[in-house]
Amino acid sequence: MSLITVNDAKKIYNGGEGEVVALGGVTFAVEEGEFISLMGPSGSGKSTLLTMLGAMNPPTLGQVIIDDIDIYSLPAEKRADFRSEYLGFVFQQFQLVPYLTALENIMLPLAITGISNREQAEMASRVLEKVGLGGKGGRLPNQLSGGEQERVAIARAIVNEPPILFADEPTGALDSKNSEEIMNLFKELNQEGQTIIMVTHNPEFLSYVKRAIFIRDGVLDEKHHEKKMAV
Amino acid sequence: MKLHNIAFNNLRRRKAKMAFLLIGMVIGVATIVTLYTITNAMKTEIADKFDQIGANMTIVPQSDNLSFSYEGVNAADVEGALSFISMRDVERIRTIKNKENIATVAPKLLDTLKVEKGSRVIMGVQFPDELRMKRWWKIDGSEPKEASDVMLGSQAALELGKKTGDTLNIKGGSYRVAGVIRETGNQEDAVIFMDLSQLQALTGKKDLVSFVEVSALCSTCPIEEITAQISAKLPGTKVSAIREVVQARKDFVDRFAQLAMSVSIIVLVIGALVVLITMMSSVNERTREIGIFRAIGFRKIHIIGIILMEAGVVSIFGGLAGYLVGMALAKTAGSIVAQMEVSIAWDYRIGAAALVIALAMGLAASFLPAFKAAKQDPVEALRFI
Repeated sequence: MSLITVNDAKKIYNGGEGEVVALGGVTFAVEEGEFISLMGPSGSGKSTLLTMLGAMNPPTLGQVIIDDIDIYSLPAEKRADFRSEYLGFVFQQFQLVPYLTALENIMLPLAITGISNREQAEMASRVLEKVGLGGKGGRLPNQLSGGEQERVAIARAIVNEPPILFADEPTGALDSKNSEEIMNLFKELNQEGQTIIMVTHNPEFLSYVKRAIFIRDGVLDEKHHEKKMAV
Repeated sequence: MKLHNIAFNNLRRRKAKMAFLLIGMVIGVATIVTLYTITNAMKTEIADKFDQIGANMTIVPQSDNLSFSYEGVNAADVEGALSFISMRDVERIRTIKNKENIATVAPKLLDTLKVEKGSRVIMGVQFPDELRMKRWWKIDGSEPKEASDVMLGSQAALELGKKTGDTLNIKGGSYRVAGVIRETGNQEDAVIFMDLSQLQALTGKKDLVSFVEVSALCSTCPIEEITAQISAKLPGTKVSAIREVVQARKDFVDRFAQLAMSVSIIVLVIGALVVLITMMSSVNERTREIGIFRAIGFRKIHIIGIILMEAGVVSIFGGLAGYLVGMALAKTAGSIVAQMEVSIAWDYRIGAAALVIALAMGLAASFLPAFKAAKQDPVEALRFI
């Protein structure tokens, strides 16, 4: 049984100009411990797919099954619980809460878990060390560099040890040196067993991932897929 | 990290917006506290006025053919032409339905007796009640303590050539002048006041009085009602209310109270709108942040909780500060606004009420923004990224 199974997932939006097919029937599976890059041009449907995998965007047709749970058969609030328990997110542009310190930002997903403040602080400190920011927990986001903010965002996404980590253009706002460091961090996490699905534009990062899924016009682009596999 | 930490940290960060919200609330609560406190003080002052103005009711026997008038009541020198009220009837005044509104009952017996070398009007009173009712009396000397003590009106003292401490001969008996009442401009200036029982004994009118003055605290109940109740208890008497003086002032207070209520409601509505708009704009500004909260697993109730906690904290501070500012304003400007001397005391119950009003206003006005925030679709919110 795969960790994630996507069965003919379609997403059709009803806009002012009629129906827009964002995803036109996507089927694939993700195994535990994989590091997958979701690639494709702008408007290809990769963000739709990421939010669909992230239990936030129900498909118009088809299924998304994670850990044997058909996630869109769950009521909305149960899906929120599911996200809290199973999924970690690294958003574009870091998306740290500006009025919380680095450590508090990392503790954010734990705020709704009932874990004591002390234990939360210990967990957050551990991941802060892990992402190489030990000693900077008391700083506000605007007192950190872009690379450091990205590390805090990653730490926040993994603090509750979710089985799956999603990252949406995690290096989009970073220079090449910082981008490389972040990709190395993802690679390390994956080597420790973390399943990672990452949306990226940058073909240079193909070397870090185990597999790439290419999307074009809302469907998997098998030709590119094979090309990557050949690489 | 708990939800309240998120709320508190946000409040700390958005100081300008929260200060705006706080100022709006303080103005609203302070206005309500000021108006309420002043209105209340005015009502209390009016109640005191009833007491200070003395009698606001007189009870006289229904009778004609009388020759001496005191405060609209006649004392006779024509034997047999008088009617009286019995002391038993006087006691019944305190048995009416609104008995708790009766402040003072002051029975009086009027008669003319031989004093020194001539005849003078003497009024028998129960001094403790009389003095409580006639608070404006300024007495040179002391209050009568013994049955043989008398008090003289200023004119009577002048005509008799007596002063405090002198002895006065009334119907052959010696009485000490305990005090002289300074000029009041009323008929009582010409009267000699003595103990009621003493006068009843001297005149042989045991247990009888000529009339009764009653002061009732009636800021909350219609004086006509008390008048009717006494009339029913004491048939054969005429009960009249003296109310014009205080009524005019009471009308002013009632009008002010109505105005205060209207202003308070308007201020409450404006305050609630300020909270609503500020919280709504705060929620709009935080669309992305709330989207992230939802994406990482926060339930709707968590988002509502954070927003309402923020509103609650501002409301508590707004309520407390509004109370302090409102009371300070009432204390400094109360007498000017009320157009009368009012004394305003700190009252923790008003503080508690201010807190409840602020919380109710803050939370009620924040429900809509909180629900809007909670309803936010994380995917839509993340499009702002």
